[in-house]
Amino acid sequence: MIEWLSGGLFIAGATLALLAGVGVLRMPDVFTRMQASTKASTLGLQCLLAAVALRNPELSFVVRAASIAAFMLLTTAVAAHVIARAAARSGVALWPGTLVDERPRGTAGRDTDTTPHP
Amino acid sequence: MDSIPSVPSLVALAVLAVAAALTFVRLAKGPTLPDRVIAIDLIGVLMVCLLVVMAGTTAQQAFLDVAIVVALISFVGTVAYARYIEREGS
Repeated sequence: MIEWLSGGLFIAGATLALLAGVGVLRMPDVFTRMQASTKASTLGLQCLLAAVALRNPELSFVVRAASIAAFMLLTTAVAAHVIARAAARSGVALWPGTLVDERPRGTAGRDTDTTPHP
Repeated sequence: MDSIPSVPSLVALAVLAVAAALTFVRLAKGPTLPDRVIAIDLIGVLMVCLLVVMAGTTAQQAFLDVAIVVALISFVGTVAYARYIEREGS
């Protein structure tokens, strides 16, 4: 039973990671690529960690898997945000089919945020 | 646990290798610098995934320790690249 469950989680996690790779290759601009890679790879890694913890139910494995899961949940979101902010500020062009651009007209690529960043 | 690798984890290793190959294509093609940084970040996460699957396959917990270190270094590298892009422009 545990074998089947962990096997299914292995396949699901690897498939989600493959989706992240396909999304990074096929999406049209920086921001859509970034969200595809971040979300799919985060969920895929969580599935793989759950599979490993199920397959090796010892304290050392479970604690390490849980700490990797918590750390990656925190850092992938922060890394994606930082890259998106850098791309937006350095004036990367949006996909031509974009419907909503909430930046003020004519200021795309300029630094409109007045908060100082170290 | 048994040390014989199960079929699903071997399939997972192959699928993760394909995902890394697709990401390398984007890393080579990427029209702008942020594209390449995203590809490098995803390659780091896929490396962590590979190490986790290897830990499950071989029942060696040392792979999980290595995965923690790779995740840390990958995050710091991504933030440094983003800071560089913000300062220099793409």
